[in-house]
Formats: sequence, C-alpha cells, structure tokens
Amino acid sequence: MKQDIIKMSVKTLSRCLETKELSALEAADAYLEQIEKKEAEIGAFLTITKEAAWETAKQVDAKRMKNEPLPPLAGIPAGIKDNICTKGIPTTCASRMLEHFIPPYDAAVMEQMKASGVVMLGKLNMDEFAMGSTTEHSYFKETHNPRDLSRVPGGSSGGAAAAVAAYEAAFSLGSDTGGSIRQPAAFCGVVGMKPTYGTVSRYGLVAFASSLDQIGPLTRTVEDNALILQSIISQDQRDTTSLAHPNPDFLAGLEKGVQGLRIALPKEYFAPGIDPEIRQAVKKAAASFEKMGAKVGEASLPTLEYALPAYYVISSAEASSNLSRFDGVRYGYRSENAPSLEELYKNTRSEGFGEEVKRRILLGTFVLSAGYYDAYYKKAQQVRSLVCRDFEQVFSQWDLILSPVAPTTAYRLGEKRENPLEMYQGDLCTVPVNIAGLPALSMPCGFDREGLPIGMQIIGKHFREDLIYQAAQAFEKEAAI
Amino acid sequence: MSIQEYEMIIGLEVHVELKTKTKIFCGCSTEFGAEPNTQCCPVCMGMPGTLPVLNEQVVHFAVKAGLATNCEIAYISKQDRKNYFYPDLPKAYQISQYDLPLCHHGWLEIEQDQGVKRIGITRIHIEEDAGKLVHVEGKGTLVDCNRCGVPLIEIVSEPEITSGEEAKAYLQKLRAILLYTGISDVRMNEGSMRCDVNLSVRKKGEKKLGTRTEMKNLNSIQNVGKAIEFEFNRQVQVLESGGQIIQETRRFDAANGKTFSMRSKENANDYRYFPDPDLAPIKISKALRTSLASDIPQLPDARKAVYMEQYGLSAYAAEQITCQRSMADYFEQTVSLCHYPKICANLLLSEGLRLSSGEEDSIPIQPGHFAAAADLLGEEIINSSTCRKVIQILWKEDQDPKALVEREHLAQIQDKSLLEAMAKEVIAAYPQAAESYRQGKTAALQSLIGQMMKQTQGKGHPEKIREALEQALQQ
Repeated sequence: MKQDIIKMSVKTLSRCLETKELSALEAADAYLEQIEKKEAEIGAFLTITKEAAWETAKQVDAKRMKNEPLPPLAGIPAGIKDNICTKGIPTTCASRMLEHFIPPYDAAVMEQMKASGVVMLGKLNMDEFAMGSTTEHSYFKETHNPRDLSRVPGGSSGGAAAAVAAYEAAFSLGSDTGGSIRQPAAFCGVVGMKPTYGTVSRYGLVAFASSLDQIGPLTRTVEDNALILQSIISQDQRDTTSLAHPNPDFLAGLEKGVQGLRIALPKEYFAPGIDPEIRQAVKKAAASFEKMGAKVGEASLPTLEYALPAYYVISSAEASSNLSRFDGVRYGYRSENAPSLEELYKNTRSEGFGEEVKRRILLGTFVLSAGYYDAYYKKAQQVRSLVCRDFEQVFSQWDLILSPVAPTTAYRLGEKRENPLEMYQGDLCTVPVNIAGLPALSMPCGFDREGLPIGMQIIGKHFREDLIYQAAQAFEKEAAI
Repeated sequence: MSIQEYEMIIGLEVHVELKTKTKIFCGCSTEFGAEPNTQCCPVCMGMPGTLPVLNEQVVHFAVKAGLATNCEIAYISKQDRKNYFYPDLPKAYQISQYDLPLCHHGWLEIEQDQGVKRIGITRIHIEEDAGKLVHVEGKGTLVDCNRCGVPLIEIVSEPEITSGEEAKAYLQKLRAILLYTGISDVRMNEGSMRCDVNLSVRKKGEKKLGTRTEMKNLNSIQNVGKAIEFEFNRQVQVLESGGQIIQETRRFDAANGKTFSMRSKENANDYRYFPDPDLAPIKISKALRTSLASDIPQLPDARKAVYMEQYGLSAYAAEQITCQRSMADYFEQTVSLCHYPKICANLLLSEGLRLSSGEEDSIPIQPGHFAAAADLLGEEIINSSTCRKVIQILWKEDQDPKALVEREHLAQIQDKSLLEAMAKEVIAAYPQAAESYRQGKTAALQSLIGQMMKQTQGKGHPEKIREALEQALQQ
C-alpha cells in the first residue's frame, strides 16, 4: 500500500484523502519512509522536517475528521527548494553563507502552502544561490539523478526534480531564472513549469536575478502541475512585480486537446548544437501533435543566439547587487578572520561563497562598472527587447512554441564541473523564455540511446499557461511516457 | 595676487527627510528618537527574499517639493540601485534615482543686497536613508536600523551660488518653502535637513570651473556659511602657493571651524547604478499632478509680495517674516488687528525673533495683545524701549498691554512744560556738557538726553526731550 501511495499522482492522492481512504499521516509516513530508503543514494534533501510534517498531517486529519472543508492540496506531502524562505526552518540556498540562517518569515508561496494544508517534508538541494545547472555547486552535498545515479539531476532545482522523480515527494516547488526548473525536470523525466513572470509572488524567494526569477512546480503529471500552479498564483502586495493573472483556471480546458492549436518549431531551436537524438525526439512529438489535429510549422527567432550572452550579463549584474547583502554584518556566515571592516567584507564573502557564485558576482560587478555599463549591461537590455520582439512576432501567428529543453540529456557527475562555459551553453534553450518573461513547461518526450529522459519545452504567450497545459496534457495521454 | 581676485562657485546638495508616517519601502514607523532597532522589519533590514514596495506618499511629497520649487515633473521616472558596502546599509545598495529623477529644472529666488537672485535647481529625487552607526565605548560600533528606509528627497542646486551669504539665503528659502508645503520638519539639528557643499574657486573673469571639493557633516545653516568661508580661503591659499586642489570629500569640524580631508577621488566608490528590477517605473498622471498642486498653500514669495504691497514692508522685512511659516501666520493674524503694519512687523522681527530664539515655536502672546502693543507705540503712547519691555512682559505673562501700561504708569512723558523744567534742571546739573554743546560739540547733547531719560525712568518721549533740551540750551 505504501508503495502505492507514493506512486499516486497528486490528484489521486488528494481524492483518497478526501474520501478518507487514506489519512494525511499515512501519506506523510509513506513519503518519509521512501526518503529514508532513497536519500542515501539520491541526496535530494538538505533539511528533512519530519516532526513538522507529522504535525501538519495530524492537523489536516483532525480537520478532515470534523468534516471541515479543505483545499485539494490538504495533506499532500511536498518538498521545497532551499531558496524559498520557511519560517523557523533553515533556508540555506545551499550556501555556506546561509548555513545557519533561519528566516523569521515565510515566503508568500509558503504561506499559500500552509493555508492549503500542504505537508512540507523538507528543503531541497540546489546549486548555490540557484547558480548552476547540475546541483554540483551546492556547498553541502551532491544530488544524484534517480534515472541514473552516476548522472547529475540538472540544476539549479536538482533536488526538487530528483525528489519528485524518486518518489520522495508528491510534488516540489523550484525556482527558474534561466531554466532551473525546466532543465532538471528534463534530466529527471518529470514535468516542470516556469510560469509567466509576475504570476507567482517572489516575496521570500531569495533573489538571484530579480527580473528573471519565478517560482514554479515540479510534478510527475501535467495535471498535477496545473493543479499546483493554480494554487500558488497570486498578485501579492509585497511584490510589486506580481500581476493579476487574467486566465487563472488551468484545469477547466485541460482535456480540450490540440485540435486547431498552432504550434511553431523555430528553426534556431533545432541547430547543430542540439544533440540529434533530442532534435529527433522533439520533432517526433511535433508530429504527434499534428496527428492529434494541431497545425505545426517552422518559424524563426533570429535573435535567439544572442539571448544566452544577454542572459548571463543581466542575471549576473542583478545577482552581483542582490548578493551584496551577504556581508557578514547582520546574519549568515562571518569570517573569523576580520581585523578590519574591509577584511570582514572580503574574507566573509571569499570564504562564504562558492566558486560559481563568485564567478557570477565578479562578472556582474564588471558589466555594471563605470566605462563598461553601456557595452555590456545596456547592450544586453537592448538584446532583451529584440528577443521579446522576436517572440511577439512568432506569437502573432502561432499559439505555442515547441523546442528542446536542453542540448543534451543528463551529464555525468563532474563532467561540467571544470568547464563553466560548457555548462552555460546548456542553458541555450531555456534562457530566452526568462528573458522574455514567458511561461514554458518542460516534460519528457522520449529517451536517448542510454535510456535517459529527453525533455521538450512548450512555450506559450504571456499568461497562456492554460494552453500550454492543454497541449501538454494531450501529449502526455497520447505518448504515455 | 590677493583673495579679492578669486570667486567661488558653489552647488548645494540638500537631503530632506520626508514627514511620512511609514518608511519608503515598508510599513515601519519613521518616528525620530525611538530605542535602537525597534522600528525595523525584514524588508528594511534587507533580509534575504524580501522586496521593497514604494510608499506612494513619498512620491506625492517629492512632487510637491518639485512643484513648490518650480520644477518640471517627470511623467515617468524610475528607481535605481546605488551599490556600496557599509554597515549602515543592510542591502549593500541604496535605492535612489539616477538618470530619471522625479523633478528637474526648477528654481527659487533669494533676496540679496543687490536685489533678487534666482538659483537653479537641477533635480529632486527620492531615495531611502541609511541606518546609524553608534560608537559605544568598550562595545565597538553598533548598527541602529531605525533610520534605514526613512524617505528622503535630495535637492541638487545648479552651481550658481557665489558666496556663503547666498548659500545661507538659499537654504533658508528652501527650508521655508518645504516647511510651507508640510512635507518635512526640515530640522537641521535633528538631521531631517542635511547639506553637502560642492565648492570650487577660480579667478574672476575665468570661464572654466576649478576643481571642486565636497563638504559633508554640516548641521546648521550657520555652519554652512562658516565652512564655505574656510574652504574658500583654503583653496585660494593652496592655489596662491602654487598648489593644486584635489577633488575630495572634506568633513567640516564645527568645533574649530575647519574642514578636513575624508577621502580623495581615487578612493571613491564606483556605485554601479542600474535600474532596480524589483520596482516598476513611477508614473505621474496629469490628474495627480494637478491635485498635488492644488494642495500646496501660498508660498513664501507670494506672501512676501503681498506684505510689501499691502503693508508697505521692506523686501528684507517681508523676506524675514515669510521665511518661517509660523511667523508669517502670526504676522497675518496680528496685522489684521493693528493700525501700524510696519511697526508690527519690526516688533515681530526684533522682539519676536529674539525671544523665540529663531525656533519654530509659536509666540505665546495673543495676536490682539501684540497688535495693541504695536498700536501703543504707533500712537506714541509709549516709546519704543518701553514697547520692547511690554512685549517681554507679555511673553512671560500674556495680558492686555493697555491695562499694563496704565497700571504700571508706562505711558511716555510728553508734557512740554514738565519736560522744559526738567531740561533746565539737567543743564544746571551738568554745566560742562551744556558748555561743550554750546561750543559746537553736538554729541554732548546725547549725554544730556540720556540723563533726561534716566530722570523719566525711560518713559520720556525721545523727540520731545530733544526739543526741550535744545530750547533750554539756547536760552
């Protein structure tokens, strides 16, 4: 039975809880047992909040026994990426800098999770401050890909993707600045959504690049994903970049199919840099959409190749400023070796941050410096406008864009560790979406010759998550992967 | 070469704390003087994951400041991050405005001996204040975050000020305008108004600006004047002795009236300004602009014009009265009950200003009583020194001055025969003074007048005493 519980979709589990076939405590126990069994080989969690999980589960059960009305997510066990602030529970961003940091407040999404009665199992591993694509940049531990333990789970939400793939959580929340939800979802063979910028409040998400960061769900099914995202949409007064979502119901049209939908395959997304097997798998998915009644055709995003360098300039610039607050003065790591104020700053930051974070801070500081601002930061913002315009043009004729998520399947552990540029190249397909603030979903569409999952990306217009889910649902049913 | 051949060019940067109830990006109180770190929250402490939400009233207040100083108001402006490390700056960046300030291209006018001078205002922008560092013996340096996120406007003048007097007049006028608009307490001693001075010198007639220095830590208008005087002399001396001015920040030490080097430009920060991605652009609609403009009361210059035209006050007197709103309000209440507006104004400026020691406190005399005192002087029932005395008495214990004058027999002595008799007695008592007056030393008359005043216990009519003495001396 316990194996059955963890294999259930969120939707099925929710129904079992509602009909009292199962209790929230049983569900929590099933997952905690799985965590105990699998964590040694997966390493998805940085903190496991067993006691708190039991506590929440008991509360949900008590309410259920009294027949109080409960939200659909009540009693569902989930994991949270460790850059989302959790009141009273360490939130480390997988950094030595925040090793002992316990926020006195919840992120907006955590408030929603709590209000929904979600049972939090723990905090999930990630690349330090969400910078990286392998989760190897965590200060604390490596996370292994449940599909092949010798491989990385992707990143930066590697723990979030691995936990869901390894049945250590019914769903998880990750964050995506340049592909950090979608790429690990692809590497681990789960469904990950980066919603339209402004859909989910960023309040309490430790900022990496404020103009690009979005929180989103990772799940094992498309429907679960729609259900979770729907429950965390909010225009939050505390986040002035959050917006009222004009189409907030993702479930109503979920089963409508793709008949008549226009799906574009921009040729730049199928360039030689992408593994032929992946190109083939995505094209096969396109054919399947066509078979189901969609109109599929080629399109072009001419400025796509500039999105990657623009992304690294903008995200690093914002990060260099966002991460300045970690100075050892008020909270977090402080160097023991601090005879003067200047040394306190220098040594705290040199010792507290890992290599990748320091690389980005240096890059970001450089591109904002006097004399370089125009050539880098300003230029990158101009590229950003051009990329947005390209997408707008395509979307004037098409409803959705279909592309690969990453140029390759999951890397071997250590493969990219010494070569950051190669790692950055892996973000080619995902960053343009963040640059343009668009929603995009990553889901499995096949396997490579080594049996590793291949992900495809469905990109929609701003606030058309409903259409993305509609197409993804049709494909999931059709392909049965 | 001498100092007369040099002129100074001054630009002022004034920071003003806005009188909003809550901080610029969170709901914490802005009240001054609370226990350290009791008025802060995760947002103004810059805790990870927190986000700023702009307090709209800050924008409204800043726009009012702009409208009151004849600025153009930007239809769209944005907020930028100014990045630097310092323990009083929790986020390690200050949210400010860089290239698109809320207000720009304004001016205000100051009254100078040569007439009215217009000083340009380059820009007014909004920003957040930093915290305070408190140095405690034995404990080292402690950080108080209460002030973190208190809203400020920075008002930058054009480099058009050419003397310490002009700088003081500019600050006084700016202070008056801001007080009138009610957006700030503008108290320099509490730090709700702070001034940085940029000063350079050049030989008169030269077009090119010299290298400037920036002076900080100026906590009173008087100190601004002193710092300018010192710095002007210092720079001229450096140049005269063949040296060069270094672009640097200098600190003014009020204790000895000197400025000291804090840091030179080589050590200056590169602030790496860039648009704050957490905050949307600020848009000011025409409707909002109009409604804020309608909320601005009559400003000092407008009142000044009325006082000059309607009451015949001098430009100087009108300027002095209007530069304090409470003073101007009091003047208006008093003058409407008084028959001698000029006397009323002069009394207010001499006695009122002296007794209130320049503070904004209200004057503890009913306007009707003050007006009556001015009338007593105007109608020559009492003389001016008695009138000053009366005001002093009223200041301590407010009462009807007419009754006071009667009760205390303060009315001036005007009776001609009485004064003539007195004059004869005085001349008889001081024959030497009388003699030297007769020999043409007219100054001797003053001492005789003084003796007469003594005899009348200060109540004599000064003109009539003089007349009586002159007549008696001719006999």
